[in-house]
Order: sequence, then C-alpha cells, then structure tokens
Amino acid sequence: MSEPAAPEVAARAAAIGEALPRGDAARLAAGAGRFVDDAAPEHALHAAFLRSPVAHARIRRLDLGPARSMPGVVAVFDGEALAAHCRPMCGVLGHLAGMKAAPQWPLARDRVRHVGEPVVLVLARRRAQAEDAAQAIEFEWEPLPVLAEPEAALAPGVAPLHEALGDNTMFEATVATPGVESAFAGAGAVVERRWETARVTAVALEPRGIVAQWDRHEGRLRVRMGTQVPWMMQAVLADVLGIEWDRVSVVAADTGGSFGSKIHGYADEAAVAVAARLCGHPVRFIADRLESFVSDVHARGHRATVRAAVHADGRLAAFAVDDLCAAGPWSVHPRGSVNESRHVLGLTGACYSVPEYQARIRVAMTNLGLYGQYRGVGHPLACLFTETAVDSLARRLQVDPLAWRLDNLLDDAGPWPRRAPAGATFERLSLRASLRECARLMDYPALREDQRRWRESGDPWRLRGIGLACFVENSNHSSANYGRGGAAIASDDGALVRLTQGGGVACAVGLTDTGQGTRTALAQIAADAVGVPVAAIQMTVGDTDHTPVSGGNWGSRGIGIAGEALWRAGCLLRSRLLEAAGALFGREAAALDLRAGAVVDSSGAALCTLAELARAIYLRPDRFPAGVLPEPAASAHFAQRDLDGVYTNGASASRVEVDLRTGQVRLLGHWIVDDCGTVINPLLADEQLRGAAVQGIGQALFEGCLYGSQGELRNATLADYLVPMAVEMPDIVVGHVGSPTGTSRLGAKGVAEAGVTGAIAAVVNAIDDALAPLGVEMDVLPVTPERILRAAGVLDAEAGSLPGRVRSRQNADDAR
Amino acid sequence: MKPAPFRYERAHDLQHALELLAEHGDDALPLAGGQSLLPMLNLRLVRPAVVVDLNRIEGLGDIRTAASGGLAIGARVRHRLLATDPAVRAHAPLLAQAAPWIAHPAIRHRGTFGGSLALADPAAEWPACVLALEGTLVLASRARGERRVAAADFFRGLYDCDREPDELLVGCEVPARAADSRSAFAEVARRHGDYAAVGLAIVARGMPGRGAHVRVALLGAGDTPCVARAAATVLAEGGDIEAAARALVAEIEPRGDLWYSAQAKRHLAAHLLRDTWRTVRDA
Repeated sequence: MSEPAAPEVAARAAAIGEALPRGDAARLAAGAGRFVDDAAPEHALHAAFLRSPVAHARIRRLDLGPARSMPGVVAVFDGEALAAHCRPMCGVLGHLAGMKAAPQWPLARDRVRHVGEPVVLVLARRRAQAEDAAQAIEFEWEPLPVLAEPEAALAPGVAPLHEALGDNTMFEATVATPGVESAFAGAGAVVERRWETARVTAVALEPRGIVAQWDRHEGRLRVRMGTQVPWMMQAVLADVLGIEWDRVSVVAADTGGSFGSKIHGYADEAAVAVAARLCGHPVRFIADRLESFVSDVHARGHRATVRAAVHADGRLAAFAVDDLCAAGPWSVHPRGSVNESRHVLGLTGACYSVPEYQARIRVAMTNLGLYGQYRGVGHPLACLFTETAVDSLARRLQVDPLAWRLDNLLDDAGPWPRRAPAGATFERLSLRASLRECARLMDYPALREDQRRWRESGDPWRLRGIGLACFVENSNHSSANYGRGGAAIASDDGALVRLTQGGGVACAVGLTDTGQGTRTALAQIAADAVGVPVAAIQMTVGDTDHTPVSGGNWGSRGIGIAGEALWRAGCLLRSRLLEAAGALFGREAAALDLRAGAVVDSSGAALCTLAELARAIYLRPDRFPAGVLPEPAASAHFAQRDLDGVYTNGASASRVEVDLRTGQVRLLGHWIVDDCGTVINPLLADEQLRGAAVQGIGQALFEGCLYGSQGELRNATLADYLVPMAVEMPDIVVGHVGSPTGTSRLGAKGVAEAGVTGAIAAVVNAIDDALAPLGVEMDVLPVTPERILRAAGVLDAEAGSLPGRVRSRQNADDAR
Repeated sequence: MKPAPFRYERAHDLQHALELLAEHGDDALPLAGGQSLLPMLNLRLVRPAVVVDLNRIEGLGDIRTAASGGLAIGARVRHRLLATDPAVRAHAPLLAQAAPWIAHPAIRHRGTFGGSLALADPAAEWPACVLALEGTLVLASRARGERRVAAADFFRGLYDCDREPDELLVGCEVPARAADSRSAFAEVARRHGDYAAVGLAIVARGMPGRGAHVRVALLGAGDTPCVARAAATVLAEGGDIEAAARALVAEIEPRGDLWYSAQAKRHLAAHLLRDTWRTVRDA
C-alpha cells in the first residue's frame, strides 16, 4: 500500500489504504435512505413550536386556548406544563474554573432570551395543522433590553440575563508566560491583527429531527434521531425525563450531515421527548429550514486582537491573543458553549516555536442564538489569528511567507512530545514536511513567478494572491475535554465482532454515519483485522440497543478511537478463529493465518474457507476435539489515555484573483496536505478534507449570520445566508504526510476537521497577498465584495479609476 | 414551513382563469411556475384564499410573431425556452442573453416569463429586459377584456405593478428588432444563480453621435426596475463612457441590501455599464 500506515496495519493491509467507494452510496443516491422523517410511524403526531419572535422579553400572557380548538390538534404544552414532568439541562463543565450557566428548560418559562427560543409545543395530526395552531396562540410579552453585542453584555452594571448568575460572563481565562511583556517591549518588530468573525451555522442537508415514542410496557423511551452521539443523547434525554439512562434507546440510522450541529441537547428535542411520554403517542419533529437557522447552534463569532513579535533577526519572539466570544443566553448542554475559546487560548501560535505567550479569552452570554460546536470548533480561529499575523510579519519583514514559516515552525525532528505554551501536548507533528509537500503540490515558485509577471503586465484591476496556512488539529480525545467535567460523553468506545453462520463477520460499533462514510471505513478495518474481504463485513452502527458504548462522532475521534477498538476486536476474533481451525485440523494455531476469508498455513495453502469453519463451529461441534469449544466472537474497547488528544497537523494553501471592479474573489486553486497517520480510505479521507475546506472557504467569503441591533437574525433563509456552492469552488488538491500515532495500534488520527482548519486563513492570506500593493489587510469575516472594495479604496476613488499604488502602475501602462 | 390553508383551482382555459380571478379578486393568486409563489406560500408571506393554477391553459406558453412584427411571448413561457428559442435569438437576443443569469437550471425549467413580470421583483431579470426592449404588457380580465400597458408604465413599486386583482398577465410583446440593433446583459451576484446585487440590460442601434438610440435598464438598483435615461443619452450622443458612468451613478437610487451598500451598488452599476457598452459598441 502507498498510503501511510502503522507497521502492524501495513503488514495486514488489503482493504485499508484502498480508495473504496462508500458501500451505501448507491442506496442513498437511489432515494432509499432511512432518515429521521422516514422512521416515523404513519400515525406519529407532528410537533411544531411557537418560538420567540423577540430576543429578550418577559412572558406576560400565553393563551393556548385558541390553539387547542384548532383542527387536528391533540395537545398543546407551555413551559410550565412540561416543567412539572422533567428536569432542566445545564451546560456547565465542572473542571472549568468559574464557568457559569443557567438551567435550561425544554420550553421557556417567565422569560425568552433569544429569537427562536421554543415557547409552546403543539402536537397535531399534520405538521401544517400544528403550524396553524402555533400561529393561533396568543402571546403577549414585555420587551426587555436586548444584549446583542458581547461588549455590552459584559459592561459593568448591565443586568444579567440570568439573575442567579450575577453577571453575563459565561467563562474567562488567561495564560501568560513570565517574559511575555518584555518580549513585546524589546521586539525587533510587532504586528497586530484585529479580527471580527461572523457567526456561522452548519446548514446540514437534513435538518435536526427526532421521533420519540414512550413504550409504556417496557417503561422505555425509544428515540430515532439524526445525531452524532446516540450514547450521549441517551444520558441527556434520560436525565431530562428523570429516568435511568438504560431506559432510553437511541438509534441514529442514515443522517444527512451533522458537522457538530447534532451533538447537543436541544431544548426543542427534549420537549418532544417529554411530550411523547406525557401523551403516549409517537411524536415526530423535523426542524424546518427557518427554525434551523434560529435554533441550531451557531459558531465562530469572535472579536479578537492578536499580536506577534519577532526578534531583531526575524525569529519569532512572542504571540498574544485577546479574544471575546458572544455565546447565546444558554450554554449548550452538556458540552458547553466555551470550547472554541478554549482552543483559541490553547492553540494560537502553537504551530511555531513561541518562547513567550499571552492569551485572554472571555465568553459572554448574550441574546443572540444558541452557540456551540461546529466542525473544527476553535481550531480554525486559532489558525486564522495565528496565520494572518504570520503573513503580516512576513510582509513587515519583507521575507517570503513560505520561507519564514519553514524557519519558524516547530521542527519535525523534535524533540517530541512537546508542550505548547498554553499546555497542549503534541505527540509528534510534521508541520515542515506538510508545508514542503504543499509547496511542491502547488508549485509554489511557479505561482510566485506568475504573480510577479501578473503584477507587471496583467490586468491591473484583477489582483492575484497566494495564501498559506499551517495548522494543528486535535483528535482522538481523552476524557480531558468532557468526561472530566462531568459530561456524559464516553471516551471509551467498544466493538463487537462475531462470525456469522455464513462465514461473514458481523460488527457492532457505536459510531454514527452522518454521510462521511463511517460504515465503509470501519468495514475496511474489520476486514483486515480479521482477514476477510470487505464484502464479508456486516456493520451495525449508531444504535444504543445493539452496539457497545461509544463517544460517537465528534472531534475527529471516530476512526481513531472506535476504529482502534474494532481493530483490536477483529484481531482477537482472528486469533480465536485460528485456534478453532487449529483444533479442527490438528495444527498449531500460531502457524495459521486468515487471509481473504480463508484459513491458510505458513506456505499459504488454504485449509478451509471461513464459511466452512463457520459450518463446523455452528453445525458440527462434534468435529472438534473433546474439551474444545470455539469462541467465534470477540469484544474490545479502547480509550486514548496517553494524551488529552492526539494532534494532527497539516498545511493549506489558496490562490485567488481579486477583481477590484466588483470586489469578487475568484478562487483559482486550493491545496491541503494533512497528516492523519494511518489512512484507512484515501477516497473518504480526501473527500472529508475537501468538504471541510469548502466549509472553510464558505466562512471566509460567503457565510455569516447577520444580526440586527435587537438580536434578530436578518438572513435566516437559504436565499440570504450564502452557503458555498460548487460553481464557485476551485479544484482542491489533497496530499498526505504520514506519521501514525503511537497511542494506538491502528495509528489513525482524525481527518474530519483538518480541511476547514487551515482553509479560512489560507483564503484570507491569499486575499491580503493580492491586496498587498494597496497596503491593506482584511479584518472582518466574511470577506465580502463590499469590504474588499471599501478596503481597497475603490468606492471612494473617482469613478472608473484605480486606487493608490495600483493606479500608478496603470498610468505607467497607459504611458507605454 | 407549510402554507396556510388555501383552495386550489385548476383553470382549464383562459376564460375559466379570468372567471376565477373575477370571482375572488384580491383573495386569489395565479400560479404559473411557482418558483416564487410556492416559497412565499410556505413562508406564509402570502395567504391567498384561492390559488388559480394556470399550467393547463393552452396557448399561454407559446412564443409567436406579433401583428406588429415583433414577438408575442406568452406569460407561461418558461425561462429556459427564452434561452433556447431560435425566434427569440433572432428577434429579441437580449432575452436569450439574460436568461442564463436567472437562478439555476431547475428553476429556469419551471419559472415563467409572465410570473416574473407580474411579481415585479426589482431584482429580477425580465422586468429590466422588457423595459430595455420597450415591450408592452398584455393583460386580460372578464370585465374589461384585453388591456395593453407599456413596460415603462407597468412597474409601479416594490412588488407592485399595474395589474388589477381581476386581471391576468397573459403575455408581453416586444417590438421588431432593427437590423443594426445590438444588446448585452450582465449582472453581479455573490454566487452564480443568486439574485443580483445589480444587473444591467442595454440595447443600442445606430452610430453614437449620429442619431443613435440607446436604452439602458437596471435591476436591483431601486424599488422598481429602472431606465437610465441620462446615461443612455450620453452614450447615444457619442459621449465618453466615463461621462455616461457618472450620469448613471447620479441618476439611480439603489437601496442597500444585506451585503451591498447603495454606494457599492452605484459602483457596480457603473462597472456593468462599461462592461456592456464595450460589447454593444464593438458589436
């Protein structure tokens, strides 16, 4: 195999490293997917919510009467009606000193605190009827002052959104090395970047949804969700209902995208679960696109100032970041709304050898919408802050940004492991190798030469730029993030494998497949571990009744953790099957192997197929020697405990053309080189990287939740919230550098988020590079055409004339 | 996101449609391609009591030669047909030039010419095009029969046009094309297929400065699609393109939207004028 792999895996690799297409692709493309709404029984009631139209108000009167008499309506619940039968959620992590959050009930009580907050739940025979009834509810409110800006929320004397908490600070933290101030004071040069990054939201193709049914015979809640975390949701919903965790079954079958938006306990979903128990009917809720925009978590809305200092000789001396994040009024349960900021604190500047470091993070509770995790969580911001400052440094020092990075990045040669100034420990990184490979793939010198020629003789209205970004990305998490803080989020994943009657291998793993191809990659791991073709693997995922406990899919952990458990279980099954074969044929098990579904001896000669062995084990136990009872099943668990997380790393690059007539950015090319250790399936890995890069490009250029001063979301439709579309995307070239992790036998690190982490910074750096002749840098995301035109001075220039330093060149052209 | 309850009526011919509109007036909305109406229904931005489906009416989807020698384009002609029809390419090439800028292929296969005109969305392509072509809107009602309105008088405000509640827009006629007529269309949008920030249609004939005739119409540059008379006059009289661009910037009154300020829209309009003028000047 040519893809990177750990030695134990390389020795057995037949399926691993192969670019197998997703086994379920044809079924899904044929429309045979089983998404949440497909799982609802015909007679399930439809849920619709009356959601708050205002960002902050006291509920004065709520008259449900008109709704109750509407056609098809079966039940109507307000906050008090449900509160009597459930417990609130609270998104506090106990290990984060000083973190504050208020209890969040399924439906608002007394006050509403963001637009879209669920206030009343209506159950009706049809969704249209439920919506009609929700509109008929009489809701009077008394407006309260809206905190739409984080600075305003944290200002002294401002009334807290939750009185009991005292103020609106959800979390704050600082770190500083002792010499940081003197490092800045004595620096050869200091650059500063200020950033304001718009909130974005995941916009999964399949919106959030839940089908809940109370089984009164078993005293069990049965839930079908499009979730990334069935086991976490089991605990979350059980806690809301006040029942034992084991009394909730959660199944996640096909899920149409998630990206971190489906790892939270949402109030509306909790309300559906409670209502299902109360009314005895199955209840279905599928968020429509409008309510998705105002009720899904948003992410990445920060204001930050980052500074970087170099010594007189150009070597990096210090990094500092001061970050303010505007979360919503609730901290999402159970992960909390502060992890982005923690990553900014932990990872700004972390790719580099940073002698001195200082960081402050603050997270404010505001009346904006819910705030939580989105693919990459805080890593893309730490990368944006760092890498734009690095490019500013390179411009200031008049050095090539590639050369400067290769000089200042952490040295691949070590020593490893290494601790970043704010505490993250890197097992081993390949930052320089990744950047070199990226430069090779893009032919960096040729692109620079093209840019030089273009600046001399190309169209002066169209400016070309090249941007680089190096990144680290955490994966394969231990319990440091959540478990230690008291959240019911497993860090230990199990895998069950068993020989089927027909000689195949049935596997059960608690991950979910939300469109990324989890099932296919797991099947490849199981196939090689046991020694059978991929076609022999049956894979069950995402089901708390039928799979071992799992942390689920988030933080680029699925394959690294659950895949490792599966590898171990598969290897264990193989050795048990070989023992059985040895006993059956009177051979030493140690001299046998399983390859391509057959038991072979050391010469490679086949003793029997696995189908024949299965028949012997299940149908003819009499053929085995006395005292031998084969064990044709195995289980294994894995938790990564060596480090808080296993960091991946890589490099991204972007090439753009900025049109000063329109402010439009044309993406000419995008490159990613990633080190995810062992590559299980290069096709899936590459497409994960590409899809993530597109989301990063989206945040750089298009996406943004636009809030008004009263906390209203002004672009809550797909006509106005601009997701990146295929036509605008460049070709994305992907490369791999392989350093398998030593924390597992499989050696796989995460790959799902890496593509987004460097993409934003790479695109922004390319735009800044294009605009460098004008001496301007971007400072707001998304980088819209208007912002480019404004920064470039085009709007203020005389109509039809080029601004500043570009114009002088045009004049020279005209003179020629 | 489900529509409020409404009654669905399928008109089996034009007379039936006009009777339904006469009966229900303001409470009824005609349905053609549904590419705007259905989202508006689902968003509950409109709550008609009756939806009158025009899709089974014969003849509304045809493009014919008008008595005047120009083209008579039925209201239910799909955007896609305007991009591909040979008669449109020959007699009103501006429409074929503009059609590909409308949304995405799926929408162009369903959405209709008349639906777009009657909706009077100032950001849509067709209203600006019929202004540039000096077209005539043809309306029909049971009470008053046929009524013809010049495009210049038809668009009255934001989503507001000269159509009475009992009237149906049945088509639009565009005059015969002069032999030396040239046209161009361009717009600026954040993403391919989005509603444009600004778009511009231009039609010119004759030599600038020697009795030339130039028409410039814009979309996204005000509450209605608008004609830029001053800029067109500068160009027709053989004036400098930059003088025309200045005239254009001075005469339009765009509103800022979510992503563009009025100032940026003026800048983009000037850019589009330069861009399209280069095409028609050199043609």
